[in-house]
Amino acid sequence: MLEIKNLCVSIEDKQILKGMNLKINDGEVHALMGPNGSGKSTLSYVLSGKEGYEIVSGSIHYNGRDLLNLDVDERANEGIFLAFQYPMEIPGVQTSFFLKTAINAKRKYQGLDEIDALEFAKLIKSKAGDLDISPEMLKRDLNVNYSGGEKKKQEILQMSLLDPSMAILDETDSGLDIDALRIVSEGVNKLRTPNNAFLVITHYQRLLNYIKPDFVHIIADGKIVKSGDFSLALELEEKGYDEISKSA
Amino acid sequence: MAATKQTIEQVNKLGNNEYKYGFSTDVDDIKSPKGLNEDTIKFISAQKNEPDWMLQWRLKAFKVFLRLPKPNWAKLNIPEINFQDIYYYSSPKSLKDKPKSLDEIDPEILKTYEKLGIPLVEQKMLAGVAVDAVFDSVSVATTYKKQLNDLGIIFCPISEAIKNHPDLIKKYLGSVIPVTDHSFAALNSAVFTDGSFVYIPKGVRCPVELSTYFRINAVNTGQFERTLIIADDDSYVSYLEGCTAPMRDENQLHAANVELVALGNAEIKYSTVQNWYPGDSNGKGGIYNFVTKRGACRGNNSKISWTQVETGSAITWKYPSCILQGDNSKGEFYSVAITNNMQQADTGTKMIHIGKNTTSKIISKGISAGKANNTYRGLVNMQPKASNSRNFTQCDSLLIGNECGAHTVPYIESSNSDSTVEHEATTSKINEEQLFYCMQRGLNSEDAVGLIVNGFCKEVLQHLPMEFAVEAQKLVAISLEGSVG
Ligand SMILES: Nc1ncnc2c1ncn2[C@@H]1O[C@H](COP(=O)(O)OP(=O)(O)OP(=O)(O)O)[C@@H](O)[C@H]1O
Ligand SMILES: [Mg+2]
Repeated sequence: MLEIKNLCVSIEDKQILKGMNLKINDGEVHALMGPNGSGKSTLSYVLSGKEGYEIVSGSIHYNGRDLLNLDVDERANEGIFLAFQYPMEIPGVQTSFFLKTAINAKRKYQGLDEIDALEFAKLIKSKAGDLDISPEMLKRDLNVNYSGGEKKKQEILQMSLLDPSMAILDETDSGLDIDALRIVSEGVNKLRTPNNAFLVITHYQRLLNYIKPDFVHIIADGKIVKSGDFSLALELEEKGYDEISKSA
Repeated sequence: MAATKQTIEQVNKLGNNEYKYGFSTDVDDIKSPKGLNEDTIKFISAQKNEPDWMLQWRLKAFKVFLRLPKPNWAKLNIPEINFQDIYYYSSPKSLKDKPKSLDEIDPEILKTYEKLGIPLVEQKMLAGVAVDAVFDSVSVATTYKKQLNDLGIIFCPISEAIKNHPDLIKKYLGSVIPVTDHSFAALNSAVFTDGSFVYIPKGVRCPVELSTYFRINAVNTGQFERTLIIADDDSYVSYLEGCTAPMRDENQLHAANVELVALGNAEIKYSTVQNWYPGDSNGKGGIYNFVTKRGACRGNNSKISWTQVETGSAITWKYPSCILQGDNSKGEFYSVAITNNMQQADTGTKMIHIGKNTTSKIISKGISAGKANNTYRGLVNMQPKASNSRNFTQCDSLLIGNECGAHTVPYIESSNSDSTVEHEATTSKINEEQLFYCMQRGLNSEDAVGLIVNGFCKEVLQHLPMEFAVEAQKLVAISLEGSVG
């Protein structure tokens, strides 16, 4: 699915990622944990193709293709999805209209006709219902005046509608209440298939109780310092980053 | 950031092939002799078989034009206009004897309107919209005539109204925009060729949208549109105009006068979707759009609301205004002005509060891309007797790229202490983070810009008649094509 090799990235001459290596196979869930400012969001932006990041060295391959050659929208349409740590507000754009536009962008890319209005209504009703998002919510402007948790749920709704093959969840659990955390996690679990993969960025082992990762990685100062299975998350909870990084 | 750099590169690459309405129609035409003099005016009047009083009115206006100074061109950069190098009248020959039914209209002209998405033939007419189509200097066809007649509504070319409804014309023409107002008002009064006339009788609510579609076809021809809409007591009408022109290297002049009169409790909603040819990316060609639009809320509790989506023209200069004479009368101005490449727009409104308890609301959204310049210029005037009156103005500007400009120039004059005038203005650059977010969801950069800009304009676009709102949204996106990489 995804292979990151020796990736070094800087922003405005400041190096942020300092030799990242990560390989994600089809069907796997990887958790990425690390202190504030260690480069987790930076990695997610580089994977999705945001501008302003200089790739100093290294490579990213996605299903055998050089990902760095693709534009943001191409990557998205090829199945890369980023659930943002801070989702954007788009004033004046109704949420449901945005969802339809995104679905149609993907369909166009796949050479399909625009989604039929009735089909869309049915689809959105069921997916929003799964996540406990009300129809009134979908009539509001995208993310405008949404609460922190509502924004995160909206990201997962978009993910479920676009059905990506490589989904990156950047601190989707932050700001969610206990019930929402369960609902969102169930949403993610429902999407898991042998053909897609997830990179789940989080600070809390709690999320990983719901979304069981195959691998846990710890990133510090721009590179992965330790990898393991679920037990690494437990160890981290106990000892903290400092000790783990030192022992690495 | 990089997107901005790409924007500029894209804009530079942008050819002039994006203008969808840029084709021209091959028809034989009758033109007035080139140039502006009394003979030209007599020629126009004769072509229209006008009564003598109308000709005299025109000739008087021409005298005024000669003595008035040229308008001071605001923040626009306008090359000298040679008034002698313009044809003031052009009519397809086939329309010389006005066709009595659609079957008699030159099929080429019908095809033109089809291509523009305005079918005039009976079977395909737009549902719920009566259309008057003006091709160069003459009206081609008016649809839904009979249904409107039954209600006593008059909707016809102004040239017809001059002959058939002289009393209304004499009473109201020039009553809102006096001939002496400024030189373009005088010029239009002297040489106006066609446009629409609407009269809604007392107590009638016009059941369909009335719409005029203006098309400039002939080369070197000015279009001098004159529109007059009268809403009698307790009546309501919603009117929409659309405009396009072929792509030509020479600049063409469109100098329109539009007058609205709302009597007691009457309401007029006037919407414009202006998409004249804007010229190519180097600023060659395009329409000079100099328009005077003014509405008088003469009766108590009357209301006039202007909504405009201005995406075309090389230069736009227009300030649809409201004169709030009646007590409790209301004026509204909702505007989206988009300028790309080398386009210039100086637009806004004037709200003149004369009566008591009058209110006005101004929402202006200006979008600039490429090397374009976009100015909002608005006047709010509270007269001594306009006690307890209120204005609210909101002007938002959005910039795409680094080489364009946005300016907000509000003039506030208040001779009245118990009235309030509120003005809010913002200027921002298109948000790169929003663009990235949309593109991460699979939208290409143009669709992302279109979506964000449409969101930015929503407050205005939602005031358009439903039938046109979707078209206008597409137009907003199309007119910004190439503005972001
Ligand atoms: N545009 C930028 N300009 C300068 N420095 C930046 C920029 N974006 C990120 N950084 C820096 O890069 C480092 C990594 O940031 P990043 O957002 O990737 O951290 P993170 O691991 O996601 O942290 P958190 O857990 O707090 O979300 C930080 O030191 C941050 O200040
Ligand atoms: Mg982060």
